[in-house]
Amino acid sequence: MMTVALGSRKLFDQNWKRILFWGGICALSQVFICLVGLPSELNRRILIESTLSLGYLFILWIPLVFGYIVSKMVELEGIENPKPGAADLLSGALTGLIGSLGLVLLMLGIENLDMRDPLINWNPKLFRLLTFENSIAFGSLVWIPVGVGLGTFGAFLHQISAQIRKMITYATFGLFSFAILEDVIDDLSEGFRLEWLNDLIYAKKGGMTVTSTIIIAVLLALLPLLVRGKLKTKVATYRSDVTPEGKRRNSIILFSTIAVLVIVLPWFLGGIVNELLANVGLFLLLALGLNIVVGLAGLLDLGYVAFFAVGGYTTAVFTSPNSPWFSPETHFGISLLVVVVMATLAGLLIGAPVIRMRGDYLAIVTLGFGEIIRLLFLSDWLKPYLGGSQGITNIPAIDLGPWEVRGADPRSVFYMVLAFCVIAIYISWRLQGSRLGRAWMAIREDESVAEVMGINTVNSKLMAFVVGAVLASFSGAVLAAKVGSVFPKSFEILVSIIILVVVIVGGMGSITGVMVGSLVLIGILGGPRQPGLLQEFQNYKLLIYGALLVFMMLKRPEGLVPTARRTRELHQEEYLQDAWLGDDETEETKEVGEKL
Amino acid sequence: MSETVKKRSKSRVSGVDRFLTVVRVLMATLIVIGIVAFIAQQVWPGNPFADWRNPDARGLTGDQFKGLVVSGLSQGAMYGLIALGYSMVYGVLGFINFAHGEVFMVGTMSGWITSEKLHDAGLWESNFILSLFLIILVAITTSTVTAIITERIAYRPLRSSPRLIPLITSIGVSFFIQNAVLGLFGPASKGYPRLPEWLSKQRSIFTVEIAGTKILVMVVAAISMASLWYLVERTQTGRAMRAVAEDKEIASLMGINVNRTIVITFGVGGAMAGVGGILWGLLFRSVTHMTGFLPGIKAFTAAVVGGIGNMGGAMAGGVFLGSAESIAPMVILEPLGVPGVSQLKDAVAFTVLVLVLLFKPSGLFGEKLSQEDRA
Repeated sequence: MMTVALGSRKLFDQNWKRILFWGGICALSQVFICLVGLPSELNRRILIESTLSLGYLFILWIPLVFGYIVSKMVELEGIENPKPGAADLLSGALTGLIGSLGLVLLMLGIENLDMRDPLINWNPKLFRLLTFENSIAFGSLVWIPVGVGLGTFGAFLHQISAQIRKMITYATFGLFSFAILEDVIDDLSEGFRLEWLNDLIYAKKGGMTVTSTIIIAVLLALLPLLVRGKLKTKVATYRSDVTPEGKRRNSIILFSTIAVLVIVLPWFLGGIVNELLANVGLFLLLALGLNIVVGLAGLLDLGYVAFFAVGGYTTAVFTSPNSPWFSPETHFGISLLVVVVMATLAGLLIGAPVIRMRGDYLAIVTLGFGEIIRLLFLSDWLKPYLGGSQGITNIPAIDLGPWEVRGADPRSVFYMVLAFCVIAIYISWRLQGSRLGRAWMAIREDESVAEVMGINTVNSKLMAFVVGAVLASFSGAVLAAKVGSVFPKSFEILVSIIILVVVIVGGMGSITGVMVGSLVLIGILGGPRQPGLLQEFQNYKLLIYGALLVFMMLKRPEGLVPTARRTRELHQEEYLQDAWLGDDETEETKEVGEKL
Repeated sequence: MSETVKKRSKSRVSGVDRFLTVVRVLMATLIVIGIVAFIAQQVWPGNPFADWRNPDARGLTGDQFKGLVVSGLSQGAMYGLIALGYSMVYGVLGFINFAHGEVFMVGTMSGWITSEKLHDAGLWESNFILSLFLIILVAITTSTVTAIITERIAYRPLRSSPRLIPLITSIGVSFFIQNAVLGLFGPASKGYPRLPEWLSKQRSIFTVEIAGTKILVMVVAAISMASLWYLVERTQTGRAMRAVAEDKEIASLMGINVNRTIVITFGVGGAMAGVGGILWGLLFRSVTHMTGFLPGIKAFTAAVVGGIGNMGGAMAGGVFLGSAESIAPMVILEPLGVPGVSQLKDAVAFTVLVLVLLFKPSGLFGEKLSQEDRA
């Protein structure tokens, strides 16, 4: 193979077509985001006092990303790329420029054409936002340099050392988290009587103050400099030196610290954050169940919400005095037993017909079952039994002797959910390594082979359905007690999809992944009806969930916190290729290569 | 020893099988009882069998029944058009394009925008035929472009990944398109302009009272279907599509541009969905961002009913499903004593899906798929 070495490109030696293409996409995305209404809607949320709102941030990240993409080199085997230089910066800048021109055109369009009829965001509000309540000329004067600058910066990211890139990443993401976690930090500082800290970081009207932004950015950027490699070597020496007993002791210490934190922290948090945590817990419970069905057994169940509904309605019927047909008004504990039985039955009933179907048929048929159950709850036919569209109201609080769990006290709900989550995590964890868990994973990979190896695929798959159903029904039961009523509306197909997104973003089959996924997604963006930390997202949540699902499937199908096995399966080809090339064979590729 | 193993495995498996047999028998019995009770009611009102479950059921007059059949057929024709897209993509790529319902919705939406503008310009009243032609053209273009773009961005990079991954991606695409349309055009329901009197009035054909719109819908569906049949069976492109559906690798060895053929498949499916979208607009005259969801799933059901990958089957499945969901609530559920049957229309469509997969998983007209895809 011949290796061609090249110097830096000449400044105007550009791939114009590529720049035009990505610039065009950049412009289109910016205009699209404006017209969808994200900036106008999210402009309320201020990130940095009088400088940056979430709305503007949604326009600003685009030229940065496209500048980065356009100047990225395709690395080919045997051909050395030209050294990155000014030419790459220019391509980034041009991309950003084209993007900004799109915005300028949009401003001109809004002023001169009336397109409000179909496009609801083609309005003065957007115009004011884009022109900074000034003229078009002023707006263009701001957007063009900003676009060019961000595009150039995006291209520049390729040319700086990894260390500095790391510092920039730390600072950016750290600042972003500080900005969106405002409510939580506010709450925490109040709980710990540290209001002065809060006043130091955040401005009165919301958003961080400029000074605190700069200070935090510098501190965060210095962080990787301070730890620089030390942490890694420490971890490595720890890994090599530690004895099994030491490891066990350490993990016990780690777990108990986390446990104490989780138990103690809610007392320092206010109602809103506790409510949020309770919602996160409810969806974590659902996600853990779906994780078993989708992640371990590989059965894409899109009607998962049916089990959630079964849990909710069973609790409602058995505990509420308003249940129209059968109202034993039992204690929550007794109804929970019934819930388990009902969920098992539902799991078997829905599972049995679909178990033999191909994977994709199974998905649509379960979706059909989910809708059938919702439509039945809604129908006049079952109205005398389940209340139709009015649902069942007046579900009493859960009476636990000295404590009472009710919706008005989110802290108690959180503890209740926490208890269920701990049980669910324990079950999932124990099941993963069990005979059944391994059978599920074998079925996920290749059903015919699993069957030949002596696994009873029908029973194993039914078990997956049942376990998933029971976990989901627990979540439904707690939700019913928390909200105090159940309506068919709470059990739309959306719930299934959002839980699917949580499981996939977190990492299919990984318990930690699912925990991270539900904390990040439900905590920040919110559930189908429950608002998250960024309440302004309410109307755009599903747009972002959809985009996220596509993005994850394209770029990182194994999820944020993947299990090692899953990663290898999904990137099998790449590993094989690496192993075949044999140049820089890592431990992992070697292992996989040998196995295959 | 082998004897015991055999016995055990046999007895283990048959639990689910036995249950499914019971379900099959039960469902069949219910359907038969419903139909018999319905017929009994029609023939001899007030007889004990008819009154057994539901003495209040009044049955249907002949005109009512014909009306249900006609509306079922026209809706079914629309489902069939959408189902073609599912069927073709499944035939070629072997995955369910969940976002196809959204492609249909985009067509309806663009048709609404155009018709509104045409209405404002006065062309809608003065020359309806021309404006109809125009909105169909716009809808076809939008839907085709949407389908092709989604293929390029979301599905092409995933062509070699495990089967469920493109399906999950298409769910994401579906939600993205739905909510993008919500953001762009708002949540309110949009109404198509009023149709001209000569089209929407009732006509009597062979003693059947039928609205002109429904005739138009069926005619347009038949024309689209015929042209699609011509494209697939009689042209070079169609032969390429069939070859790619059979075996991509060998097709590419034979000099067929596989990528281009797949794009064309998506495009043609999108075009059919666009036509279906306009038909929806004419039939129901309203559209929201959620319009694509239920018809999408029902069209998939239609594709499965007809045997996925089989295009004639898709159309027939659509007509079957449309008639079933319009007739079955009155004919089967009402005599069984279920109140509020019209609410259960959608549930009936889903039940048809489950039943077809229970009784005849390969669809009523059989699947036309290559061996590889059937595995």
